[in-house]
Amino acid sequence: MISTKTKQTLKAVGAATAVALAMTSGAMADGHGKVKVGLITTLTGGGAALGVDIRDGFLLGVQQAGNDGIEVVVEDDQRKPDIAVQLADKMIQSENVDILTGIVWSNLALAVAPAATAQGKFYISPNAGPAQLAGKGCHKNYFNVAWQNDGPHEAAGAHAKELGFKKPFILAPNYPAGKDALTGFKRMYGGELAGELYTKLGQTDYAAELAQIRAADADGIFFFLPGGMGISFLKQYSDSGIELPVVGPAFSFDQTILGAVGEAAMGIHNTAQWSPDLDNAASKAFVESFKAEYGRIPSIYAQQAFDTANLIASAAAKADVKDMDAFRAALLEADFASTRGDFKFAPNHHPIQDFYVREVIKDGDVYTNKIIGVALEDRQDVYGVDCKM
Amino acid sequence: MIRERYLNMMVLALLVLVPAYAVLMDEPFTITLASRAVIFALAGVGLNLALGQGGLVSFGHAAYFGMGGYAMGILASHAQNYEPLMEVPFVIEGTNSMPVIWLVAIVASALLALLIGALSLRTTGVYFIMVTLAFGQMFYYFTISWPAYGGEDGLSIYVRNQFPGLNTLDPIQFYGICFVLLLAVLYGVNRLNKSPFGLALNGAHQNEERALTVGINVYRLRLVAFVISGAITGLAGALFADLNRFVSPTMFSWGVSGEIMIFIILGGVARLFGPVVGAAVYIMLEHFLGGLSEYWFIYLGVILLFVVLFAKGGIIGGLSKKETRHAG
Amino acid sequence: MTTILLIEQVLNGLQFGVMLFLMAAGLTLIFGVMGLINLAHGSLYMIGAFAAAAVAAWTGNFLLALMASLIVAAIAGAIIELTVIRRLYDRDHLDQVLATFALILIFSEATRWVFGSFPLFLNIPDALKGTIILPGGIEYSLYRLTIILIGLAVAVGLFLLISKTRVGMRIRAGENDREMIGALGVDISVLYTMVFALGAALAGLSGALVGAIQSVEVGMGEPVLILAFVVIVIGGIGSIKGALAGAILVGLTDTLGRTMLPVIFGTFMEASSATTVGSALASMLIYILMAGVLLFKPTGLFGKA
Repeated sequence: MISTKTKQTLKAVGAATAVALAMTSGAMADGHGKVKVGLITTLTGGGAALGVDIRDGFLLGVQQAGNDGIEVVVEDDQRKPDIAVQLADKMIQSENVDILTGIVWSNLALAVAPAATAQGKFYISPNAGPAQLAGKGCHKNYFNVAWQNDGPHEAAGAHAKELGFKKPFILAPNYPAGKDALTGFKRMYGGELAGELYTKLGQTDYAAELAQIRAADADGIFFFLPGGMGISFLKQYSDSGIELPVVGPAFSFDQTILGAVGEAAMGIHNTAQWSPDLDNAASKAFVESFKAEYGRIPSIYAQQAFDTANLIASAAAKADVKDMDAFRAALLEADFASTRGDFKFAPNHHPIQDFYVREVIKDGDVYTNKIIGVALEDRQDVYGVDCKM
Repeated sequence: MIRERYLNMMVLALLVLVPAYAVLMDEPFTITLASRAVIFALAGVGLNLALGQGGLVSFGHAAYFGMGGYAMGILASHAQNYEPLMEVPFVIEGTNSMPVIWLVAIVASALLALLIGALSLRTTGVYFIMVTLAFGQMFYYFTISWPAYGGEDGLSIYVRNQFPGLNTLDPIQFYGICFVLLLAVLYGVNRLNKSPFGLALNGAHQNEERALTVGINVYRLRLVAFVISGAITGLAGALFADLNRFVSPTMFSWGVSGEIMIFIILGGVARLFGPVVGAAVYIMLEHFLGGLSEYWFIYLGVILLFVVLFAKGGIIGGLSKKETRHAG
Repeated sequence: MTTILLIEQVLNGLQFGVMLFLMAAGLTLIFGVMGLINLAHGSLYMIGAFAAAAVAAWTGNFLLALMASLIVAAIAGAIIELTVIRRLYDRDHLDQVLATFALILIFSEATRWVFGSFPLFLNIPDALKGTIILPGGIEYSLYRLTIILIGLAVAVGLFLLISKTRVGMRIRAGENDREMIGALGVDISVLYTMVFALGAALAGLSGALVGAIQSVEVGMGEPVLILAFVVIVIGGIGSIKGALAGAILVGLTDTLGRTMLPVIFGTFMEASSATTVGSALASMLIYILMAGVLLFKPTGLFGKA
C-alpha cells in the first residue's frame, strides 16, 4: 500500500504541476494525469501463468496509485506474434492508447515494440528485455522496467564463480533467449566448462542430457529452461541420482511453477532482481496487498508489472503524456517507490539494479524463495554502449 | 436456399462495403482486420486448389506461407540495413518493392512446392497428410534454430514495403492491394477449375483409377496443382508479413497449417469462396468472442463443432444446399 | 562418448519410445479400426494427467492416481464418442479434423477454467524414486525402468487382446470390413465406443505416467499428439506391432540424434556452431526419418497398402 503521505505528496506534486502548466500555457492542461495504457499479455494457453501474474500485478499497481486518470485496456495475445501485432495496431489505431505494455516473450516484444515506438507511442516492458532493444535497436520511447535478458544469467554466472564452480555443465534451449542465457552466464563466470548443451525448444524429456551431465564429470549445473521445460528437467534431475549443486536464473524457480515442482527444487540457488522476502517498505506492502487481493504469493512477473504501473503513475503525476518529451523525462527520473528499493535507469532505458541470490525454501505449506546474498550490484547491461538514441 | 453465385456476390459486396464503412467511421482497425481476413482467404484459396479440387490434404501448407513471408522478410531486411544479400558471384541487393517481393515469394514457394510435392505425392491418404506435415515441421524447426534471420525471435520490418503509386502505410490502400490480389487469384482459380486441367484434377480426385485408364498422368497433374497452390499461399505469406511488419518461424508451424485448413472446412471445401467466408467468419469470431470472456476458446470450439456437425459442406454448403463436387 | 553413456542413451531412447507407444497405440487403434482422425487424442492425454494430479493431491496414493487417469480418460473418451465422434464416421477426414480440433479448444479452456493457468504438481511415488544399478554398472532411474516395463506389458496385453480374444477378433474384422460385421450381427456402435474408450484410456495412462516426470499443464498434449501421428505413420496405421516399432524407432532416433549429432559435428566444426547446427538437425531428425520411411514404404513399415 502506498503510504498516505506519498499519496498526498503525489497529489500535491500533481496539483502544483497543473497550476504551473496552466499559468505558463494559459490554458488548463486537460490531459494531465490522464493516461491510457494498453496491456497486451498472454492470458490463454501454455504460458498463461506469467501473463496472468503480469496483469494482476499491473492492475494492483494502478489501483493503489490512486490516479483515476489511468485507464487500462487488457488483451490476450495467445503467445502468437501476429496476434500481438494486430492487438497493438488495434490499441494504437482504435483505442488511442498512449502507452503499450505487458508482453511476456522476447519474440512478441520484438514484433510489437519497434513498431509501437516508431508510431509515436511509449512501450514500457514489464518483462522481455531482448538485447536488440537494449543496444542497436534502442529507442527513446522504449523503457524496460524488468531487466535486460542477460541480467539474471550474468548474476547466476557471478554466483557460480563465487560458489567455486570449476567445471559447470550449462544448458539452455536452442533459441535466441537460450543462447543469450548461456552467453550471459559465461560472461560473468569466465571459467572452464564441463559441457555446453542446447536442447530443443519445448522438449520435455531430458534423460539424454542428464546422462551426458553424469558422464561429463561436472561439479555444478547451470540451466535456463523456462516454464514447463524447467519443471520437467527439475523433476527428472532430482530423480536421476546426480547430486550436483544447481544454479539458475529465477525463470525456472519462480512462484508460478514452484508449486508444480515441489520438493525437487528445494535448496536450489537462483538469481533475480527481487524476492518476496526483500526487506523494504514498498516490497513488503506489495506482497501483503497482492496476497490479500489474489490469494497467492506474487512472482517476479507480478512484481515487475507492479513496478511498471507505479513508474507510469509517477510520470503521469509529473507530466502530461501528450507532451512526449516531458513525459519521457518524467519516466527517466523513475521517481517512484520501487519494490526493489532504489531504482534508476541507464541511458538505454534499462534498469541499473542489484541481482540477489535466492534459495528455494518451504514456508509452511508453500514453496517460495528466500534471499541469501547478492550476486551483482548496480549491474548495467553490456549492450547500452551500442545504443545511440 | 440461396444460389451459390449470389452468396459469392454477397461476400464480395461485404468485402467492399465493410472497409468503406470503416473509412467513413474512421475505424482503421476494422480495415486491418479485413486485410487479415483477405490475406488468410488468399492462403486458403491456394490450399483449396490442392485440397478441395484435387483432394490433396496438405497439412504442411504453412511451409509455403512461411516461405513467402521469409522471402519478404529477408529481402526487406537487407534493404532496411542497406546490405546486399549476396556479393559473389553477382550482387543481389535487398529490395523494398512489393511487386518484386511478390514475384520472389511466388517463385520461391513454387519451387519449394515442386520439391515437396514431387516427394510427397508418391504417398496417398493419411500418409500424404503426415508427410506434408513433416516437411512443414522441418522448416519450422530449421528457422527457429537458424540465427541469421532472427531464429525464434523473427524479423521486424519497420516500414511497410512500397508499391508504386500508393501509400502502403495507409490501411485502406494496403487493404485495396490485398483485395485486388484476392480477386485476381479467385478469377484465375475459377477459370482453372473449369478448364480441362481443373476438371481432370477433380476427376482424378473422385476416381483415380478411371482417370488413369483414360490416360491422364495423375501424378503430373497433381504436382502442377500442388505447385500452383503453394505459389498462391506463398504470395499470401508475403502479404501477411507486410501486414504485420514481422516474420517469424511460427508462420511455418503446424498450427498455421491447421488454421488455414479450418478456414476452408468452415467455409466449405471445394467451394470457390469457401476459404473467403471461412477466414472472414473465423477472424470475426476471434475478434468478437475475445471480448466476452477469458475462456472464449470454448465458445469458438462449440461454434465450430456445430458448424461441422450440422452444416454439411461448411457455411456455404449449409446456406446454398446445392451439391457441388462433394469431396468424398 | 563412453560405451556406458551410449548404452544409457539407448535405454533413454527406448524409454522415450515406450512412452510414445502408449500414446500412439490408442491413436492407431482408433484410426485403424474406425478410420477416424482424432486430433483430440492429445486432450485425452492431458485429461489423464490432470486427473492423476488431482487424485494424487487428494489421496496421496500414486496407484489410485493412475487408476483415476485410466478411468477418467476412458469416460471422457466414451462421452466424446457418444456425442460427437459418432456422427463423424461417415464424414470426410476433413470434417473429422475440424470437429476434433474444436474439441481440443473446448477441452483446453475447460481444463484451464477448472484447474487454473498454473501447472499442477504430480510427483513420482517414493517407492519408485531414485536409481538402481543395472548389470554393467549403469545407474538408471527406477521410475523410467518401470515405465518401460509398463509400456511393454501394455504392448503384450494389447497384442493378446487383439489376436487372442473375441473382442480382438471383432476389432480386427471391423478394421477389415465394417459393414460386414454389422451384417453379421455384431453391435458396431458398442464396439466403436469400446475401442475409443480403450484408446482414450491408454492416452490418459500415458499422460499420468509421463506427467510425474514432466510438467502437468494445459497444452501438454499437442506436441505429443504430433509425435504420436509420426509414430503411427512410420509404423503403419492400424498395426499395434507397427506402433511399437515406430515408437521405438522414433524414440531412439530422437534421443541418439540429440546427443550424438552435436558431438559428430564437433569433430569438424568449432564448438558453438557445432552445437547450433547439431541441435537444429536433431530437432528436424524425426521428420526427416518419417519422410524417408514413407518414400520407401508409402504405407509405413507394417501398414496395409
